[in-house]
Amino acid sequence: MAIVEQEEAPLELESGEDQITERPLGAFTRPDGGGGWRSWLFTVDHKRIGIMYGAAGLLFFVIGGIYALFMRLQLARPDNSILSAETYNQVFTMHGVVMIFLAAIPLGAAFSNYLIPLQIGARDVAFPRLNAFSFWVFLGGGLFLLTSMFIGGWWENAPDGGWFAYSPNTGVLFSPSKGIDFFAIGLQITGIASLVGAINLIVTVLNMRSPGMTLMKMPVLTWMLFIVQMLLLFAMPVISVALFLLTFDRLFDANFFNVAEGADPLLWQHLFWIFGHPEVYILILPSFGVISEIIPTFSRKPIFGYPFMIFSGIAIGFMGWGVWAHHMFASGIGPVAVAAFSVSTMFIAVPTGVKILNWLATMWGGRIRFTTPMLYATSVVAMFTIGGLSGVTHSLAAADTQQTDTYYIVAHFHYVIFGGIILGFFGGFYFWWPKMFGYFLSEKIGKSSFWVMVIGFNLTFGPMHILGLQGMSRRIQTYSPGQGFDFWNLIATLGAFMIAIATAMFIANVFISRRAHRAGKTPDPGPDPWDARSLEWMTASPVPEHNFDEVIEVERQDEFWHRKWGKDESGRVVRRATAEEVAHDGSNTNVHLPSPSYWPIVAALGLPIIGYGLIYNLWLCVVGGLFVIAGLFGWVFEPVDDPNVDGHHGDEHEASGELEEGNENSQKEVSVD
Amino acid sequence: MTETATAQTTHDHSEDHVSTLGVSNDKLGMWVFLGSDCLLFGGLISTYMLYKDRIGPDDLGPEEMFDIPFTSVSSFVLLMSSLTVVLAITALRRNDIRRSRIWLLTTAILGAVFVGGQVYEFTVFYREGLGYTTNLFGTSFFTLTGFHGVHVSVGIIMLMSMYIQSMRGRLTVAQEEKLEIIGLYWHFVDVVWIVIFTIVYLFPQ
Repeated sequence: MAIVEQEEAPLELESGEDQITERPLGAFTRPDGGGGWRSWLFTVDHKRIGIMYGAAGLLFFVIGGIYALFMRLQLARPDNSILSAETYNQVFTMHGVVMIFLAAIPLGAAFSNYLIPLQIGARDVAFPRLNAFSFWVFLGGGLFLLTSMFIGGWWENAPDGGWFAYSPNTGVLFSPSKGIDFFAIGLQITGIASLVGAINLIVTVLNMRSPGMTLMKMPVLTWMLFIVQMLLLFAMPVISVALFLLTFDRLFDANFFNVAEGADPLLWQHLFWIFGHPEVYILILPSFGVISEIIPTFSRKPIFGYPFMIFSGIAIGFMGWGVWAHHMFASGIGPVAVAAFSVSTMFIAVPTGVKILNWLATMWGGRIRFTTPMLYATSVVAMFTIGGLSGVTHSLAAADTQQTDTYYIVAHFHYVIFGGIILGFFGGFYFWWPKMFGYFLSEKIGKSSFWVMVIGFNLTFGPMHILGLQGMSRRIQTYSPGQGFDFWNLIATLGAFMIAIATAMFIANVFISRRAHRAGKTPDPGPDPWDARSLEWMTASPVPEHNFDEVIEVERQDEFWHRKWGKDESGRVVRRATAEEVAHDGSNTNVHLPSPSYWPIVAALGLPIIGYGLIYNLWLCVVGGLFVIAGLFGWVFEPVDDPNVDGHHGDEHEASGELEEGNENSQKEVSVD
Repeated sequence: MTETATAQTTHDHSEDHVSTLGVSNDKLGMWVFLGSDCLLFGGLISTYMLYKDRIGPDDLGPEEMFDIPFTSVSSFVLLMSSLTVVLAITALRRNDIRRSRIWLLTTAILGAVFVGGQVYEFTVFYREGLGYTTNLFGTSFFTLTGFHGVHVSVGIIMLMSMYIQSMRGRLTVAQEEKLEIIGLYWHFVDVVWIVIFTIVYLFPQ
């Protein structure tokens, strides 16, 4: 008896000590997995972050769309007075800024975050906490920009310089409201988010591919998103510089754009468009990737000319850096520069044309199923071709000087941005919705909303070609009757409301389809509802938290497809296995995943506070700075895992410690920039 | 992944150890970030190049302003800190914690001397009549060198946080890669300074 007691006592003591030493800094425990809203606020799961990016992007898309509707209402008839000229300036600026920086980029980030790790067979991104940080920074920066609508008066302090905010109009002298400050600081903050996200995803693609997944076996979507991250990586610091210079001018009386002191107004234009033109490809390439997944799946053929698709994407990525001055043909940059940028602009149409031909060749002879995603994807090919061709007309500098700042330009970039990007993203929503949420969106509502959207889109932006060539300037608040503008403006306004109806139908579809699925009226999608090709379909829907039950050894491009289909003796393609046999069912619960963390959101919260502080009261900067420092401190010192959450991974602490601890390093510099 | 078959059956975290390129995520992330930072300085240097001669008729220009011997010394100090950070890393790799700590502190001090020299230089310029808002040369000069100074200061903070960790006995061979990553950043800041020193200080002479 005595021996037993002696053994028990030290055992208890030891386990007690263990618990203490495992939590060296008790204040910094990690949140438990939990449920409800907490599990979203503190999540580091790339899928949840991707969904949040998508939801936020859609929200901003709706807000930007409401701005557009007000502009179209104002322009519906001549001499209209719904919006004053001052308000109109702010509304079109906010429309551009919100749509480009807060809707199109984040929707691309939604696909990047959700799909890149799945398509390369990884468990998560390289730096899960940085991923959460970049989402919260983006959301904070976006909301910061939106508050300019009502802080200090209703539509008094919103930015009013257009989305490219040419100097010297943005100086305090010409734009005395706080609007440009909100513009410069807000975009600086969202820029940090993009940069951090780009670093994260580049490392993920380069370093976390599953065994056998060489670069030239990656799906086209992952490739395009990878190129986008490279463009973001190198374009974001340039716009950062431009915005820093602008901020210093406005807040600290620097002279960068002070023409009275001899400053060069073209400096801003060059810096902005060196960022701004790669930005165009940052926006469009995700959509190119999305339809490069949809078209092969529904044509039941592999993508035509896979290496050409990849290398044309890379070519676009490189050449995108050599065409920026075609935005400046009318600014007097000289005949040599104009000629050079004309030629480079014509050349960049070549890789884009290669892509279009490859999509057509993929569909050629295929057994096409016109589902909603496929309808959207084919419409992208058609609409983007129109927008691309009108873009080539801008490369002719002589013609471009006539078209600059007319509605012809507005028509062109809406055909590429709406027709190329937004339609592609809607196709992507319908395509991956069953994978993300485990239920189909209704095809019936989907197809009808597709037609409403495409017809409305063409009615809105098609007439703008005519208006522009007739001489209607962009950004004018109103126009006089009798110039031939009346009819087409009215048509464009009608079209804009059709787009709004189509968007509302999509949102309604989400709720109606979810209810129908919960009531058991629609079938479960299963892992692979479309008989698709890439790895994300090789796991359960919705995707379990750990993505894949086991590591996938990749041998071929379209690995999942080849596991399902093979050739028999006579060379005919026959099914070898069903998707359910090949796909993982998500039952492996024995996978170690990074724990959620409080600190990314704390650190991110500091940035908009610093932003308000810079504009209104420098003491607020101290408060914001404290948030950032507290966030970094907690980030560095929180334990790798909370010992209370699950007890079966004692020996992994070292392994994931190496992964996560270093985050603080890259984190620190990024937050300084 | 030679042991995939066994790894798959139980704990799948084994893939965390394997990186496709054989470089750790952290180090690759730092390389990628530094690539991006090149463009930040590229933009600032271009702005300076555009504006360096835009001064008022009575203002002092770059040639009169710069004190080349002084800045050469502080540049030398910064370059030497690149050597000492390498010594800190190699000492840590040999598990010579004591020496690694010394070199770590030396690097941080050399960096601080450089930043101190920059503050002194700024003060002198200001007294001689070149303020931030005086002219385009002043605006772009202080912005460019100021951004570099902030980068050096961030490096000092990282080095000092390593040093503070070492006082609590947390500097071990396991931290070698972390120090190496900080070293990468430190070298980058030095290389950028060589470019800035050449373009900003030596070209006008």
